[in-house]
Amino acid sequence: MTILNAILQGIFLGAFYAVLACGLSIMFGVMRIINLAHGDVAVLGAYIVLVIVDRTGVSAFVAFLIALPVMVVLGYALHFSVLERSLRAGILTPLLATFGLSIVIQNLLQLAFSPDVHSLGGSAGAVTTSSWQVTGGLSVSALGVLVLVTAVVVFGALQLLLSNTRLGWMMRATAEDADAAELVGINSRAVYASATALAVVIAALGGLFLGIRSVFDPVSGPTQLIFAFEAVVIGGMGSLWGTLLGGIALGIAQTLGAQIHPQFAVLAGHLLFLAVLVARFGGARVVLRTAR
Amino acid sequence: MEAAVLAAAGVRKRFGALAVLDGVDLALHAGVAVGIVGPNGAGKTTLLNVLAGSLAPDAGTLEFRGRDVTAKGAAERCRLGIARTHQVPRPFTGMTVFENVLVAATAQGRRRGGEAYDLCLRVLDETALTPLANRRAESLGLLQRKRLELARALAAEPSVLLLDEIGGGLTDAESEALVITISSLRDRGIAVLWIEHIVHVLLQVVGRLVCMDAGRIIAEGLPESVVSQAAVIDAYLGSGR
Repeated sequence: MTILNAILQGIFLGAFYAVLACGLSIMFGVMRIINLAHGDVAVLGAYIVLVIVDRTGVSAFVAFLIALPVMVVLGYALHFSVLERSLRAGILTPLLATFGLSIVIQNLLQLAFSPDVHSLGGSAGAVTTSSWQVTGGLSVSALGVLVLVTAVVVFGALQLLLSNTRLGWMMRATAEDADAAELVGINSRAVYASATALAVVIAALGGLFLGIRSVFDPVSGPTQLIFAFEAVVIGGMGSLWGTLLGGIALGIAQTLGAQIHPQFAVLAGHLLFLAVLVARFGGARVVLRTAR
Repeated sequence: MEAAVLAAAGVRKRFGALAVLDGVDLALHAGVAVGIVGPNGAGKTTLLNVLAGSLAPDAGTLEFRGRDVTAKGAAERCRLGIARTHQVPRPFTGMTVFENVLVAATAQGRRRGGEAYDLCLRVLDETALTPLANRRAESLGLLQRKRLELARALAAEPSVLLLDEIGGGLTDAESEALVITISSLRDRGIAVLWIEHIVHVLLQVVGRLVCMDAGRIIAEGLPESVVSQAAVIDAYLGSGR
């Protein structure tokens, strides 16, 4: 029963990772950008929600809805100020630019909010603490279910966007061949900017869940980035549903690892990531060849 | 003669030391098909790239319906009504044939919903792709991909259509069908520019022929007269054909 419970908790945890990973997957899929500031953008989203909660006293979920337009604007601003320029300079520059952005966001957050630890749990209402006892060893937390349902809704909505809307078709076309897309009249600049805005909004949703399920501080971002990145890679780079499954696989690996030893949780996730890397990209052969 | 839909004047383009386009003037008129022939490396595809906006010329101007469009990019020119096909087809391989056409039909922002779907069905019908509509583009053979190139260009509802070697590798029956398709587009009032090595197919459609060599237009006029000019024959035979 403890194993079953661990798997169930792993699915909930993994759904959270999948939400975090979703924006990363979009940006990689559409623009081939690995956004190293993605975790920090999520944490920034959590802080914006925190500010709204503190000023107005609304619940964290309402505050997130208020924060949405801010995140959209931030997404477009991020794209036109940093990403678009760095994209023109080749594949390495966006990595460096987003790495720099990550440091800038962390330090701005330190300045504005001090290194104190915050949580949104208190302002999210009863959902943080309520749960259903299924049997003696198995309990289902309301928050876990909420995150899982949200993750499925987010990925489902993205699927609908990509297969049924004009913006979705343009995103897929631009992702495949930006030059050919231009030649059928698609403004790839605008499509890229929309993809970034979408990624930032979903990152903020990840930040909201991070703040509700645990705590965050200005330097929480990189840890979230690693889990999100692992979810994307495990699920197959740039594949939408793969990212959801990848997140869940990572979550289950971590909770099962924690059964062996609490300190083994994160390591188990990394080991799964490594195994997938080796299996998919022939990593072992590459490592052996370079070691020789 | 009525005003040109698309006019290029004094277009130059260098790649390093090589002058690929060395002062090209060309005018395309509604309802007229113009063919371009010339040896490999003559600058035909580069000219097409400059007209479509994927390459900026080093010098010269481009006017679309009397408006200077030299500085406009490919997407904007496509929205104005200049569409093209590629010599090596570039379909969006992860999308279905229908989606490939649909994205081109809706990207302009003119067509939405049912209107866009109707347009796509018409275009697929015209290019004989209807039976393949739900196939992913990656599963298409080369000739089908070439038809998809044409379909995608037509979905943009162009007034200028730039075709880059769309007839290569076709059987006689297929070229005949292509001739009928392009002729009907021309008769509908579209200005067609067609680069093609298979001259006998080209001559069935075009009313004017341009021969390029080394970045210049060396002959231009009625197809029969251009084909028989000594310079044209030299340019072709001189390239080792």
